[in-house]
Amino acid sequence: MAGAGGGGNDVQWCFSQVKGAIDDDVAEADIISTVEFNHSGELLATGDKGGRVVIFQQETENKSQPQCRSEYNVYSTFQSHEPEFDYLKSLEIEEKINKIRWLPQKNAAQFLLSTNDKTIKLWKISERDKRPEGYNLKEEDGRYRDAATITTLRVPVFRPMDLMVEASPRRVFVNGHTYHINSISVNSDNETYLSADDLRINLWHLEITDRSFNVVDIKPANMEELTEVITAAEFHPHQCNTFVYSSSKGTIRLCDMRASALCDKHSKLFEEPEDPSNRSFFSEIISSISDVKFSHNGRYMMTRDYLSVKIWDLNMENRPVETYQVHEYLRSKLCSLYENDCIFDKFECCWNGNDSVVMTGSYNNFFRMLDRSQRRDVTLEASRESCKARQVLKPRRVCAGGKRKKDEISVDSLDFNKKILHTAWHPQENIIAVATTNNLYIFQEKVN
Amino acid sequence: MINTMECAVDAQSLISISLRKIHNSRTQRGGIKLHKNLLVSYVLRNARQVYMNEKYAEIYRMQQYEEVMTVCNEIQELNPLDLVEDCEEQTGDCCGSANESASLCGALLPVSHQVPSVHHIQPSSACSVPLALQSEEVCKSPDPSFYRSCCAEPYPVSNCDFSPVNNMHCNKTTVLDLDTHVVTTVENGYLHQDCCASLQQCYQGAQSPAKKRKLDFGYYVSEIEEVPDFTPCKRAKFEDSSYACTEPLDTSNISNLISIFGSGFTGLVSRQADLEQALNGQFCSKQALASLGAWTRAIVAF
Repeated sequence: MAGAGGGGNDVQWCFSQVKGAIDDDVAEADIISTVEFNHSGELLATGDKGGRVVIFQQETENKSQPQCRSEYNVYSTFQSHEPEFDYLKSLEIEEKINKIRWLPQKNAAQFLLSTNDKTIKLWKISERDKRPEGYNLKEEDGRYRDAATITTLRVPVFRPMDLMVEASPRRVFVNGHTYHINSISVNSDNETYLSADDLRINLWHLEITDRSFNVVDIKPANMEELTEVITAAEFHPHQCNTFVYSSSKGTIRLCDMRASALCDKHSKLFEEPEDPSNRSFFSEIISSISDVKFSHNGRYMMTRDYLSVKIWDLNMENRPVETYQVHEYLRSKLCSLYENDCIFDKFECCWNGNDSVVMTGSYNNFFRMLDRSQRRDVTLEASRESCKARQVLKPRRVCAGGKRKKDEISVDSLDFNKKILHTAWHPQENIIAVATTNNLYIFQEKVN
Repeated sequence: MINTMECAVDAQSLISISLRKIHNSRTQRGGIKLHKNLLVSYVLRNARQVYMNEKYAEIYRMQQYEEVMTVCNEIQELNPLDLVEDCEEQTGDCCGSANESASLCGALLPVSHQVPSVHHIQPSSACSVPLALQSEEVCKSPDPSFYRSCCAEPYPVSNCDFSPVNNMHCNKTTVLDLDTHVVTTVENGYLHQDCCASLQQCYQGAQSPAKKRKLDFGYYVSEIEEVPDFTPCKRAKFEDSSYACTEPLDTSNISNLISIFGSGFTGLVSRQADLEQALNGQFCSKQALASLGAWTRAIVAF
């Protein structure tokens, strides 16, 4: 069975592929800003700062050679968003793709939602591998024939052609948000989705572009009284009435849309009291939640703040059930990280298929696998040095202080320009996609 | 790469770094990021608390407590009526009506002289919202945690002389004017002033923020347009017309902040030199203190 059950540490991860330019001079437009597997795991989408979406497709496995794991190859590339200018507010709207979310597949075509700061688009990705030939009124090149020259009639037929993948925008959801959109989430009813900006959350119907319902509004009457913003939001995977949103103050609110039309009043508030001994100038920044994700089974949710990952049981609001330190050695470096803006980096996190392991990124192209069942964690690196086919990734260790052991890297040697903000885990198999600045690494479980 | 020597967690440098970030965010592509600026404002507030605590402790290290009491007695001998006259002279152009400024001044005066003024206090209009905020801030305990924090929170306040004085002021509002070294305490509506230099200066300082806020938009529009780096004022507008009332304050708040700190903190003057070129730091730190908590939140009032 494909290793959906495998823990982060029983599994040995090995390099599979890397996508993107090799040279170190990174073009800003190529910086990857989001990574997402579709529901079957067959497709892997990335969005970048230049507004482009690239979709990779997993090749069907070669059953005669099980050692040869299936690879992801480019399936479709299209320009999703373009830079815009809001003339009324004299604001430029970045084309950077903030989030991509796949819709569950209903027919032969695939659908995904992609969003920048202001506009959400529904894209249809469809294949064309046949084309009609033998029209009566048209030549093969499209020119119309003179009707007078037609003496016989034939039935046009479909003939195979080279596979062509087309992406077309089917819906454009505009003018729903005054502030910057940070999240989109498709509802389990497959008809609606939510979009969240700094202060509001809107509910849309996938078919209707000119209207949306505002379900959460935390904008104060006087903006001078603003104390927190919404940082992420997600629908419950099974309950179509439930969603959560996280805030910059480190709280998560669970809302039930059955309770009222406007969900300003939460059903549950998840908050862990701050440890007063850890208080510093930057306490508010590092407690801000950058990502929230429900577990696949819908019983837990995971939050990521600057230094830690927390797992919450939806039935317990006063504290998380598990807390994992991602890079605690950075706590003494917060001042420098504030100066170089790294402290504002928004790391994402993800669950594996059976919710036993969670993964999140760090600096120096490190990423962390946190095994919940075995209470163990490992740090791995996505680097060009370990790019040989099926090369097993070696665990990395960071030396926080004192004597540095062999193979350890000291905190001061970490490269804070190499950050892994976006990661994704195949929904069924142990295949992970890890985005460095402009490269996408795909790692797979070592098969013996 | 982070320096091997961890940068000194110095409140003053944090304040200047934070202001620079806010300033730079105005010209960043994609518009002002509300989340980031909100977080920066929290750092600013925390750094300010520590800075104020440190300065406060320094004041009391420099001056003996007996000296303070001596001066205190001298002040109480002053004719209270002089204070009222000073206040009324300056009310004329404040908000265009004597009423609102009376409310500010009235709150600052000892209760016995407050009675006639109180009757004139009108509910503030939208324009005087900032003024109301300021009068709140000066007259009541603005943010309980702000001042009690000097007792409770483990910030590096080393001076042990500090604590006895602290305990005495724990249920009062205390404002330290960094330029004149006037320590102003408001207890049960009474104003006490210690080590005063000039009372008039203090009132003026308390009032001019209100004036400046109203004039801000006009004043800063011309300033900002002179500097090529600055984007037009309306760029900062986030909302539609429903927000129009507070819109004039939006961009000017940031430049207001920058100029406030430009002259108020000597350590910042050199670093803020480039900012001061554009925004002649005319404002003194008195205004920063007079507007206390309001300015922190004003950062995010885009």
